[in-house]
Amino acid sequence: MLAPPLRVIDDGMADSALSPPQDQDDDDLKTRFSWFLSGVSGIISVPAFILMTAHVGFAGFASENGVSLLQASFMVATIWALPANIVLIGAISGGYSLVGAAIAVALSSIRLMPMVAAFIPELRGPKTRKITLLLLCHFIAVTAWVMGMERFQHIPRNMRTSYFAGLGMTLTLTNSLVVALVYFLSTDFPPIVFAALFFLTPMYFLTSLWGSARDRSIHVAMVSGLLLFPLIHHLAPAYDLLLTGFAGGIVTMAYVRWAKARGQAA
Amino acid sequence: MTWHSLTDWWWPYLFILLAGWLPTDIWRYLGVLIGGRVREDLEALIAVRAVATALVAGVIAQLILYPSGSLAESSVFLRIGAAAVGFVAYLRLGRHVIVSVIAAEIVLIAGLLFS
Repeated sequence: MLAPPLRVIDDGMADSALSPPQDQDDDDLKTRFSWFLSGVSGIISVPAFILMTAHVGFAGFASENGVSLLQASFMVATIWALPANIVLIGAISGGYSLVGAAIAVALSSIRLMPMVAAFIPELRGPKTRKITLLLLCHFIAVTAWVMGMERFQHIPRNMRTSYFAGLGMTLTLTNSLVVALVYFLSTDFPPIVFAALFFLTPMYFLTSLWGSARDRSIHVAMVSGLLLFPLIHHLAPAYDLLLTGFAGGIVTMAYVRWAKARGQAA
Repeated sequence: MTWHSLTDWWWPYLFILLAGWLPTDIWRYLGVLIGGRVREDLEALIAVRAVATALVAGVIAQLILYPSGSLAESSVFLRIGAAAVGFVAYLRLGRHVIVSVIAAEIVLIAGLLFS
């Protein structure tokens, strides 16, 4: 667990080149570390708990498909996107070649590109270096994305990378351990428990994404995404999520233009 | 080359890195490069955020309409109804995530038990 504090120190040193006074620098480091710890404490929250229940289900899925405990835990830490993990295990048990499996995973993970692109302008501070963002972006998946979008508005801009480093690393590490533990204990629940657990995730995403919206365009994007998805899934199941994103984005931008034009006319 | 091609201990881990980590994180790195460019342009920022939000809404719809595992055996109308009750409870009862989750779970579990 030495890595996270080191990265914070590293950031502090980059800043020190610009601001000579030593004591101010120490303060900055302390503030960064306390924001990092505040991110770590995000593990004790409703969304973090919901994500852990989703990984309980994943551990069972991995063991049913002959993936070992260590391999399943390694997948969670290195890939850190539950749909990609499930696709990869499906490809493994289906006997796919390495290239075939990689293509299937790449298709399921394209969605991370627009998500990360929208997250970066919220995450970065005025002095954040690109290498910091490239290291931190690994921890962006749907839950961390929703949590970050919701909580960043209460966090000073220059402390957001420290906060997210704490939050992202703790979520990833904890869930890798949850998978290992559940696998080891081979915990089994009646199907109704799994059904109830699997329903927590969409309800959490739905309400917290709605609540995190700072303007109406987010609500328009959400409603269009929810309504367009079944239609697009029916037409093009392989690209449903990506196409839903773009179609919903177009609807939202049309709304934004319309609202702006109406505002100017009034 | 498949998962079972080599019997060395390290092969599954290399397979996971090449077929799992690489094709996932590459999109994250591209997202960082794109996100770095939209910084100054408000219109582009709103557009990128709209695409990402609609996409996450698509994930929500997928989890409710086409779930995997034990939830897949329940009725789609029960799941939509439970989600709707949960969402209305969120809007009407002070906008607490936990209230919405509890309301949706009560409807879902009751529906599963009595079906």
